[in-house]
Amino acid sequence: MMRHFLQIDGHSTEELCHILDTAESFTSVDDRAVKKVPLLRGKTIVNLFFEPSTRTRTTFELAAKRLSADVLNINIATSATTKGESLLDTLFNLEAMNSDMFIVRHPESGAAEFMSNYVAPHVSIINAGDGRHAHPTQAMLDMFTIRKYAKDFSKIKVAIVGDILHSRVARSQIEALNLLGAREVRVIAPRTLLPANISQLGVEVFQTCKEGLRDVDVIIMLRLQKERMQGGFLPSEHEYFQLYGLTSERLAFAKPDAIVMHPGPINRGVEISSEVADGPQSVILQQVEYGIAVRMAILSIAMGSHDKSDRDI
Amino acid sequence: MTELNAQQLTENLAKDLKSYISEHKIVDPIFIGIQTGGVWIANQLQALLENKDKLGVLDITFYRDDFSRVGIQPTVKPSKLPLSVDNKHIILIDDVLHTGRTIRAALNEIFDYGRPASVTLVVLVQRNGKELPIQPDVVAKTLTLEVTQHIKLRGPNPLELEIIDQK
Repeated sequence: MMRHFLQIDGHSTEELCHILDTAESFTSVDDRAVKKVPLLRGKTIVNLFFEPSTRTRTTFELAAKRLSADVLNINIATSATTKGESLLDTLFNLEAMNSDMFIVRHPESGAAEFMSNYVAPHVSIINAGDGRHAHPTQAMLDMFTIRKYAKDFSKIKVAIVGDILHSRVARSQIEALNLLGAREVRVIAPRTLLPANISQLGVEVFQTCKEGLRDVDVIIMLRLQKERMQGGFLPSEHEYFQLYGLTSERLAFAKPDAIVMHPGPINRGVEISSEVADGPQSVILQQVEYGIAVRMAILSIAMGSHDKSDRDI
Repeated sequence: MTELNAQQLTENLAKDLKSYISEHKIVDPIFIGIQTGGVWIANQLQALLENKDKLGVLDITFYRDDFSRVGIQPTVKPSKLPLSVDNKHIILIDDVLHTGRTIRAALNEIFDYGRPASVTLVVLVQRNGKELPIQPDVVAKTLTLEVTQHIKLRGPNPLELEIIDQK
């Protein structure tokens, strides 16, 4: 089973479904007087964030607390400790405090996997976003949201719009959608914001919204990552909105009941208009809400697995 | 081996439960079944007692005391209890009472929904092997089995009890 959760790639369809089904059960925890289950009582989970984050960190923290685990939040400035050795030192020190799980966000691709190679056998690593590589828990909460609204993956067309090149979210979403058997996965982006290997990812590539959004069931907008835009990928934010921003007019190309998603934080007027972001087809805030249940599922499945492997030794 | 007619036992259980409820003057009880066998029995008891309320359903996976040994099971289903159990009389229903650990977990979960006025434990079959001080209030059949024997309820239609020997 899965002791670590580092990326979508390498997991089976069954494992992804198991996560989604377990998350479904956790959604009922919110309905009750005590919004907690005792599953991870006595476990220590460390949120280890080398990059700023609000939504991801807080929903992981809430997820861990609703599972009755103790949570430690550690934010380390982006500039410090990006070299391998100091990263491991940080890790070993925290491990010495008998932590059971690390939730890691890091600006370098592969950081979470690197750490997973060095932690003790009773410790899990969950990737909360590493460089441009992967953000698997975000992808899973997106899949959960899609399944809530669209039900059957084999019938839906999904368009991912925007900065695919820099997006770890898009990469994980594409892998998850393909594993879960989505009928069609499209990406819509200017050529400068597409990775070179895009054709190998199992997607249809479109350069314009008019063609790409036609008859889709799900639209996923990506954030224009201003902090990663020094290389002259785009003439201007204004021009980007003119060509790729999701407006009511463009939304009309999709199916009438299409849902609009965004991993957040949204740049209003850059990749999405306020009218659409706050409109009836937007499920952006539901994504945040479902994020808690999905992360509860991933934390408990991972924790349950490593204890089991301990017993088998 | 003893003939076990699950259908007949469930009917007897319904009769006994009916007199238990009137004897103890329980008003407006809430029926709660434990997944999966307990839910089947609870559905039948509600039908036999002509109780049309929505059945509460408990999945105790998140409250099990062996999580660290078995992890999360793929079969976990959501618990669905009435919005408030505060000051309500609960009829908690399961198929087999063995160690008592499931009931311990179920009680803990119910108390996370509120503070019920009372909990009555109803089981189809009680067997030996108790590990916790938990007794049923209403029970249709008490069995003594070998350590290697397990009793399993199949269902929901029809309900069948089977004793499996793992010698």
